Amino acid sequence: MNLRRDVFQAIADPTRRTILLLVASQSMTAGAIASNFDTARPTVSKHLQILTECELLKQKQNGREIYYHTNPKKMKEVADFIEPFRAMWEERFNKLETIMKKYKNK
Amino acid sequence: MERKTKIDAENGKQEVVITREFDLPLALLFKAYSEAEIVEQWMGTKVLKLENKKHGGWEFETKNAEGKVVFQASGVIHDFVRDQKIVRTFEMGNAPFDVQLEFLEFEKLTENTSKLVMKSIYRSVALRDQVLALPFAYGINMAHNRLEEIVNKLK
Repeated sequence: MNLRRDVFQAIADPTRRTILLLVASQSMTAGAIASNFDTARPTVSKHLQILTECELLKQKQNGREIYYHTNPKKMKEVADFIEPFRAMWEERFNKLETIMKKYKNK
Repeated sequence: MERKTKIDAENGKQEVVITREFDLPLALLFKAYSEAEIVEQWMGTKVLKLENKKHGGWEFETKNAEGKVVFQASGVIHDFVRDQKIVRTFEMGNAPFDVQLEFLEFEKLTENTSKLVMKSIYRSVALRDQVLALPFAYGINMAHNRLEEIVNKLK
């Protein structure tokens, strides 16, 4: 289950979120991704490694180059990660509303 | 069902805004937040302390059937203006999320409807994202535990 927690650690970092956004539109090599950042290439490599380890990114060999692309299945999980939080509050507020409607009619 | 509760959590920010409109007059909505017996009902927790005043304190606690404390939260009320706003801190006990600052604003829409805007500010972006992911992670764990139970039964 640690793997799952890593997904949220992965997206908590702004550089990694930017990488995901970049790669979401087209698959890119590590070099092309790194050229979008001022940070050192090894730093970007580390971010790519983390994103790959938690399966948000996948690698594909194309000749001598390795291309990174997003994993739609995993990305959907992240996009939906806020929904249970919303559902929890919705449930609480619905309860509040029901209780207070009864209270009003007493 | 209509989605009445809205969550705004912008990327890279350390705040979350929860907005909800209620089919309740403003006074009743505010009462649900200020009377301990009512808070207990909808929050599903015991209210040990709820001092609705500037510099007052509050404390919630939930025990399971065996009497073990499973949830504990407390904080300080920084401002309390009836039918308008509550400013308070919130900290979960035995949890690594640090304290959060909450601004609750209550607004009258019509005679019978009202709105609550709750803004929570966390110590860091990472902490906010962790708290947001809590119900998600908990859901996954629950599913995982159920799966484990089933697998164990099969053994």
